[in-house]
Amino acid sequence: MLVYAAKRFAGLAATLLVATALVFLVLEVIPGDPAQVMLGINAQEDTLAALRSQMGLDRPAWLRYLDWITGFASGDLGTSYTYSVPVADLVAARITVSLPLALLALALSTLIAIPVGVYAASKRGHWQDSGIMALTQVGIAIPNFWFAMLLVFVFAVTLRLVPSGGFPGWEAGIWPALKALMLPAVALALPQAAILARVMRSSLIDALHEDYVRTARAKGLTRTAVLWRHAVRNALIPVLTILGLQFSFLIAGTIIIENVFYLPGLGRLIFQAITQRDLIVVKSVVVLLVASVILVTFLVDLAYALVDPRLRRH
Amino acid sequence: MSGLFAIEGLDVAIHGTPILKGVSLEIARGETFGLVGESGSGKSMTALAAMQLLPHGAQARGRILLDGADVLSLSEAAMCRLRGRRIGMVFQEPMTALNPVKTIGEQIAEGLVLHLRLSRADAMERARQLLDRVGLTRAKVAPERFPHQLSGGQRQRVVIAMAIACRPDLLIADEPTTALDVTIQAQILSLIREIADTEKMGCLLISHDLAVVAEMADRVAIMKDGEIVESGRTAALFANLQHPYSKALMAASNHVPKRPKGPPRTPASHGTLPILSVRELVRSYPQPRRSIFRAAEPFIAVDKVSFEIRAGQSVGLVGESGCGKSTLARALLGLEAPNGGTIEVLGQDPNAARGATREAVHRAVQVVFQDPYGSFNPRHRIGRVVAEPLHLLRGEISAREMRERVAEALVEVGLSEADMAKYPHEFSGGQRQRVAIARALVTRPKLIVADEPVSALDVSIRAQILDLFADLRARHGLAYLFISHDLSVVRAITDDVMVMNGGKIVERGKTARVFDHPRHPYTRMLVAAAPRLADALAIRAAIEDERTGP
Amino acid sequence: MAGRSSTRAGTIGFLRTHKALALGMAIVALVLAAALVSLVWTPYPIDVLSVPDRLQGSSLAHPFGTDQFGRDMLSMLMVGARTSIAVALVAVGIGILVGVPLGLVAAARGGWLDEGLMRANDLVFAFPALLSAVMITAILGPGAVNAILAIGIFNIPVFARVARGGALSLKSREFVLAARVAGKGEIRIIAEHILPNIANLLIVQGTIQFSLGILAEAGLSYVGLGAQPPLASWGRMLNEAQTMMALAPSLALYPGLAIVITVLGLNLMGDGLRDLLDPRLKRRVA
Repeated sequence: MLVYAAKRFAGLAATLLVATALVFLVLEVIPGDPAQVMLGINAQEDTLAALRSQMGLDRPAWLRYLDWITGFASGDLGTSYTYSVPVADLVAARITVSLPLALLALALSTLIAIPVGVYAASKRGHWQDSGIMALTQVGIAIPNFWFAMLLVFVFAVTLRLVPSGGFPGWEAGIWPALKALMLPAVALALPQAAILARVMRSSLIDALHEDYVRTARAKGLTRTAVLWRHAVRNALIPVLTILGLQFSFLIAGTIIIENVFYLPGLGRLIFQAITQRDLIVVKSVVVLLVASVILVTFLVDLAYALVDPRLRRH
Repeated sequence: MSGLFAIEGLDVAIHGTPILKGVSLEIARGETFGLVGESGSGKSMTALAAMQLLPHGAQARGRILLDGADVLSLSEAAMCRLRGRRIGMVFQEPMTALNPVKTIGEQIAEGLVLHLRLSRADAMERARQLLDRVGLTRAKVAPERFPHQLSGGQRQRVVIAMAIACRPDLLIADEPTTALDVTIQAQILSLIREIADTEKMGCLLISHDLAVVAEMADRVAIMKDGEIVESGRTAALFANLQHPYSKALMAASNHVPKRPKGPPRTPASHGTLPILSVRELVRSYPQPRRSIFRAAEPFIAVDKVSFEIRAGQSVGLVGESGCGKSTLARALLGLEAPNGGTIEVLGQDPNAARGATREAVHRAVQVVFQDPYGSFNPRHRIGRVVAEPLHLLRGEISAREMRERVAEALVEVGLSEADMAKYPHEFSGGQRQRVAIARALVTRPKLIVADEPVSALDVSIRAQILDLFADLRARHGLAYLFISHDLSVVRAITDDVMVMNGGKIVERGKTARVFDHPRHPYTRMLVAAAPRLADALAIRAAIEDERTGP
Repeated sequence: MAGRSSTRAGTIGFLRTHKALALGMAIVALVLAAALVSLVWTPYPIDVLSVPDRLQGSSLAHPFGTDQFGRDMLSMLMVGARTSIAVALVAVGIGILVGVPLGLVAAARGGWLDEGLMRANDLVFAFPALLSAVMITAILGPGAVNAILAIGIFNIPVFARVARGGALSLKSREFVLAARVAGKGEIRIIAEHILPNIANLLIVQGTIQFSLGILAEAGLSYVGLGAQPPLASWGRMLNEAQTMMALAPSLALYPGLAIVITVLGLNLMGDGLRDLLDPRLKRRVA
């Protein structure tokens, strides 16, 4: 188990390093003169020169990269060109919206999908199963941001049950803040849950065809007991894979959904930064999000080993 | 005789297609009953019907009596109380029969908690004792182990421990040793026999192997196409078979292909180059590291193996799974580069040869694999499949000539030119193996490497394919390297044999000598473990005489 | 092999037994037709704003009404279909053309090359299409090409994995070994034995990625990283409709439904094709 975890951790570190290098390459090396990109073609020569020296563009790229990632390690992400404040402060303020939203959506989709998938598998071929399958088929096809718009229209505009957007901030209390995140989380979670429920169902049905299920039946276990005690845990292994992959979709979804609800999260930050061509902010936020995806992949790998003893010795 | 278990007039149909027709049998307490038949005969279905674990859409009619009570009429809840408690079952595939994410202890304890209402701790303690009982002592295999940490034989012992956990009255063993090596098979069979004897269980043993059944069973029934064609006390039944199918089955099991008299027509072996010459061949694989601090030792699959095959010589290579015989075959065929030693085909190194020499070398050695289903690209017609090795003759013979060669090869193996237009899935397993042989023949090779070529086939088909091999050798002076785990097959088809164990060849010599008077301890163990029908029947007959005698 | 029978009764029987597949194919054909027609004709031009005609309801002249700029919704939806399909299709093309050879090479060579390619794959997986699009837009400015590139890049590792997995499972099959014994080279074996046998997998994955591409394109255009005006796109239409939600909810309804129906059609087709082509399922039936 230790060797396995150590191996995965080394993989995590290496992937992070290469990912940061890739982002740096795309945003600071390929454009040639990032200062020119940020200021546009009509920029004054002295403004350009000032920005170039602020960004340290006179130094070789690899040195700037080293500075940047060592800065990352110490929490110094540079200073935003447009806001003139440390990027770290900007990110810290926004992450308190985005992270809870993503986690809430992840929890919600998992909590819905797994029981639904198990139920559908246990009723395979019956009308309950067909109904759930039809529903999830539609669920997968719904873009989350459109679903969000529909939710806003129904629950905020028409029924006036929840605010249609904005975020009061956590200092306004946990309940109002959660209330503001409720619709966005549901909008993110339901389409994800549809995919997850389908994976859970089909993987459970596969597991129910395995020989060890027949062995357990021959021991005298009822269908239900075999399902819960033997099949579900085995069926979770492919579900974990999809859960890990889905996190990257969830990140993208969070960024988009924040636009629908006017939530002041990382998504809003990144779009403002793009409009203002603030590459310093874009660079840091992109790396942060990519790092979170890589981290989740790492955690999923660890979770594999917990579920599947066969992996522990590698 | 107290009838413990009886099946009376059992009919089973799946979605209306009859699978079992009027099956009847009776098993007394302490008696082992053997059910024999080839694949598709319905023997497994009979077992599943007794457990009421038939596949979806199956309908059973008739009576299945356990101590006089009809099992078929029981509710699902009552069946659950009966399964594992009064009838225990052992399955064929130990590799997949256990849940990979639970410890073996938990899996054994589960039935005890369920049926005997033991506490978890008591059940675990009992599971420990059961593991001891089936020969997995605490020091060797702790109950905290997971199935993947056990070998196939050990897993089958765990499955047996599960089946006998609640001391059932009837033990059903469905091909319990088919997936195991012969030495492991002998151990598992004696374990089952010993348990059934001491616990006075009735035992329904299902097998395709007449020798296994003859060794184990007091009484036997022979099944074909869902019907029992005849049954009776083992020795008496086999001594006086009535039904044509049983007779054919018996004949096929003992089949030895007719050998050409004297050495096959070959040029004087003295002074000619061997077709294949292997010296000190080594093939090893890197292993995943177990520790962060040092690299793992490589696994040596083939360890300094040397031998020669001359024209027309039929050489057997026997050994159990994992002994390195298939790796050796792949290295000979150029599918894997050796890590050491040399291979020479007609005096040339096949791995170093280039161009025309390379093609001549590869043309001389062709292959027949085990799996008649995986051997062909499902999208190619048989004509294209068989013509594939003619790639080695491209530019040398015309398209018409290629076609003629393919047709000729198909006729050689008992198929026809018309079969060229068919797809592989249109053929049965035995026919496919004929196609595979045709593909090997099409380059007119000097040596055919056959890797378990009959292992996936039923005995009657197996006999035909062995005849074909013998016949082709007689006609073309082919040399064979015949790789098998099955001693009877190797004995039937080869002149010389090599016994492989742990990557090394431990014994070699004339086949009859090696099998009749083995010298190396491993060979002795192998030969002793292999069930032999004639011996088993002789012992059976002695037992039966004793019981019925004056 | 119902698919091979060319008789009329065979086709109808086939559609009857594969209802989902038939429905999916019908929907996809309809959307495709709308997109193709929009190349040469739309009921109204979409780049002409006509304020007096704005926010009309359904009528014979405008079956889906008009938007806040007076543009005909039907025409916009047709052009939107074209944008979606073009972006998703090219992105799938990029994924197949780059990913499949990579996957096949990884499977054939093994060792460090395989390890390296697969690690690179994992890395690309860590960049959701949206983040790639953000980076591309940051240096190039917004446009539909960004969406194609970003989605295409994300598709590469998907196809590489499918191709590698399929090739690996075939590599040890005896018919591939037999081909090697027959002296055939790596490329010939890939062409004759591997590719034809993973084509099914690729077709099914292609359908799935196509539908994911349509969803992704809509998302990117919605946040302004994709198609730019005057090019119509379902995502952009939803963006423009958002401020009008209270006033004219139908503006947000139609483009959303268009996305849902198209994606649904593709998914039904993908599932149907998988059932039809998966040899495992076939064996289970047999």
